[in-house]
Amino acid sequence: MTHSSVSHPTETSSAWLKVAVQVGLLGGVIVVSIALQGMIQAFSVRDIVSQLLTMSQMLVLLTFFAMGLVAAMRVPTRAPAPILIASLIAGFLTSALLVALIALGQVLPLGNMFINATAQLYNLLTFNAGLVTGSIILLVAGLGLGLLAGVVFLAPPLLRRAILITLIWVIALGVLQDLIRVTFTDWVFLQPVLQFFYTSTGLSPIGTVVLIVLLMVSNLLWNRYRAPARARLEQLPPQTRKTLRWGALGLGVVIMLALPSLLGLYLSEVLDNVGLYLLMGLGLNIVVGFAGLLDLGYVAFFAIGAYTAGVLTSPELSTGIIPNWWLALPIAVLMAAAFGVILGIPVLKMRGDYLAIVTLGFGEIIRLLALSDFLKPWVGGAQGIQRIAKPDLPFVQINWSPQVFYYFFLAGCLLVIFVSYRLKNSRLGRAWMAMREDEDVAQAMGINLVATKLSAFGMGALFGGLSGAIFAAKLESIYPHSFNFLISINVLSLIIIGGMGSIPGVVVGALALVGLPELLREFAEFRYLIYGAVLVIMMLTRPEGLFPEARRRMELEEFREEEKAEEEIVPA
Amino acid sequence: MLQRLRERLELTDVLMFIVGGLIVALVIVGSASTLIAGKYNSRQWFDLIVFGIALGGIYALIALGYTLVYGILRMINFAHSEVFMSGPFTAYFLADELGRSGFLDQNPVIGLLLIFLLSMTVSTVIAILLERIAYRPLRYAPRLVPLITAIGASFFLQYFFKGLYGPNIKVYPEIAVLKGYLHLGEFRIQYIQILVIIAAALMMLGLHLFIQNSRIGKAMRAVAEDKATAALMGIDVDRIIVITFTLGGALAGAAGVLYALMFKQVNFLMGFIPGIKAFTAAVLGGIGNVPGAMLGGLFLGVVESLGPSLFLDGLNIPAPYQLKDAIAFTLLVLVLIFRPSGILGERLAEKKA
Repeated sequence: MTHSSVSHPTETSSAWLKVAVQVGLLGGVIVVSIALQGMIQAFSVRDIVSQLLTMSQMLVLLTFFAMGLVAAMRVPTRAPAPILIASLIAGFLTSALLVALIALGQVLPLGNMFINATAQLYNLLTFNAGLVTGSIILLVAGLGLGLLAGVVFLAPPLLRRAILITLIWVIALGVLQDLIRVTFTDWVFLQPVLQFFYTSTGLSPIGTVVLIVLLMVSNLLWNRYRAPARARLEQLPPQTRKTLRWGALGLGVVIMLALPSLLGLYLSEVLDNVGLYLLMGLGLNIVVGFAGLLDLGYVAFFAIGAYTAGVLTSPELSTGIIPNWWLALPIAVLMAAAFGVILGIPVLKMRGDYLAIVTLGFGEIIRLLALSDFLKPWVGGAQGIQRIAKPDLPFVQINWSPQVFYYFFLAGCLLVIFVSYRLKNSRLGRAWMAMREDEDVAQAMGINLVATKLSAFGMGALFGGLSGAIFAAKLESIYPHSFNFLISINVLSLIIIGGMGSIPGVVVGALALVGLPELLREFAEFRYLIYGAVLVIMMLTRPEGLFPEARRRMELEEFREEEKAEEEIVPA
Repeated sequence: MLQRLRERLELTDVLMFIVGGLIVALVIVGSASTLIAGKYNSRQWFDLIVFGIALGGIYALIALGYTLVYGILRMINFAHSEVFMSGPFTAYFLADELGRSGFLDQNPVIGLLLIFLLSMTVSTVIAILLERIAYRPLRYAPRLVPLITAIGASFFLQYFFKGLYGPNIKVYPEIAVLKGYLHLGEFRIQYIQILVIIAAALMMLGLHLFIQNSRIGKAMRAVAEDKATAALMGIDVDRIIVITFTLGGALAGAAGVLYALMFKQVNFLMGFIPGIKAFTAAVLGGIGNVPGAMLGGLFLGVVESLGPSLFLDGLNIPAPYQLKDAIAFTLLVLVLIFRPSGILGERLAEKKA
């Protein structure tokens, strides 16, 4: 991925052709996979541009365009003609493989094997215009969009940027239509604007055109005036800048506090979920991000927190002696932390892969125990625990809705973010990071590995326990099935996407991986498929994450240099 | 400072030994009480042991894939469980077709061979693609990076196959010839278990001979020993790595069909638990060690099959079979604590553990 192709004058003529064919075939495989995964059917119900373009059509067309762009980027020459031809070939081959799938589907009973290879799929793929006509449209679209991608690639950088950003914005505004319309329903003065841009099923055609023009113009203006604006901001007296910064911060706080009433019930529920995963992510971030210990059984501590809160407060169990959730909370949190340390002891000497699989084993053991008849008298077995206490406060009647729980999660997250920042810059935090970079050197520098590792496990588990206790309070009932391996993977993915060890990264990761799929119901079905692909692509192209932490990025850059050196020694 | 460190290390070590000793004592007490109470007769024990060996043979075949790759790349191919799943899941459609048309009952040998061939091919292709796309670019990356890639790839493959073939459990056809039992006095063995045991044994023998005697096998061992030196000796390291993934994939594909024949069902999640168990088996035998993986697989299969009846039942645990998987995980943890080099592993340098 990182190799920049160097052009060799003697072989360019065949090299760019090879690249074009490779990219085209890859694109074909991707688009056929998308079709066979059922994304076409799932996404066809949503219009991007009302009555004109559905989300599934956009996805297919976008693949053609993207493959043309990739081909143009990878061609080992800068001459315009080969670039244009290469992107054309790539786009065309991509569409050709899709047409081949449609043709194959007419001859062979593919539907027996691939559940999504139905007549409906072929009709959708061919724009409901008949198989032959539709296939011809597809091939022409592949050719045209591939060529268009080549043209865009050859455009002046500023224009190219503006076009691509406009494209992304239009797609985002189209895909997120429900969110935008639902969010602003109560804002009367915005209604005319919304009605201009959106119909009941998607962007309105005229709105789309206006939107494209607006976005292009604003983007070009932004590029033109961004640098002067920033320079002027920096010339302001320090006092004014400070006021501005505090003002921005204050605005942020007001928005955060007002969010649930602005967004309504459903989106508050989504935010609660984000908050829950954010709490867990921050906890796992200590173990994986700060200390570099890959824990795949993090769900265990979440479960222990939830179960402790449940066991102590549910009147259904003989142990449910504490009626108040707030009294059970410290016990739940400490219990999780204690388990973190206890489970940390056996893995003290393990590194990397072994640690990952053993912690995974721990997570599964906890779940199996919670599920078993063996512990049923104490933790409820497969029926789980019901009637867990709510975090009621004295003297105040609280109506527990998702909106109220939002503040709960907000407080929890802010507290944990604060603690994380303090920990990160503390002596202990620096010891964790030293250990992450090199255990042996850290030990030689006088860091007590045992205490440092155990404190990382304990601290991470503590946050996990906290989120578990809140989870139990929110749902009022917990079942062993809620604590499966997928939760660990969810949490791990979000901190990796955000950037391991980076606290803003965890926030971004939680919003992107937990928030987005909830907003896009059609995507929810493909959630784990996309997570898996994103993890792999992320590790291949940007292992430091979206919002990398400075030190971690340095470590990974070191590896890139080493990699280059190694490649020279061991010829590929 | 150093003194204190040493004291603490010893404290944790002592703690672990106490826990380990406790578990061993529980196992012994449980087994003794079961045996004294005489809850099960010798025929039941025999059935459990044979089932354990057959299951262990399958684990061993999967474990070989982990061990071979680990021996050469020093990484756990987390997605190996999905390599194992992909073959039999795809071959189901062939098996179903053959079963429906009656071909499988008339020509069971040819039919089975076709199913094996398809399953092994698919698994091998998936394994090679994994290596090429996900692992090769990261060969010199920090350890966490390829590991996370492998986890991501594993998830991707699981849900990719779910999307392709659907989320439902698919039932493998029964083969008439394999339904019966072989009677040995008062004992009996299912034919299917005989098939599984023989097939697994043959493949393991073949692999062993291949690695020990063939030119490529020697090259594989050389690369496992030292990649850079092997490259200097004129061995194409990339090619050997691809061959390793091919072997692991083919064995996993074969193991998958055996698994599907024994348990009669496949779905997209079928790889997860056998994958972890096989990894346990590989660690048990000493990861990177080929005969160790075979031994570890058999051992784990038998322990898992006997365990619930033998020691959990004796401890009066209700529904002990629910904790069958917990036994395997506990065993994994215990081995890693007390003998991280495994049964046959001779040396496990710090950098590998």
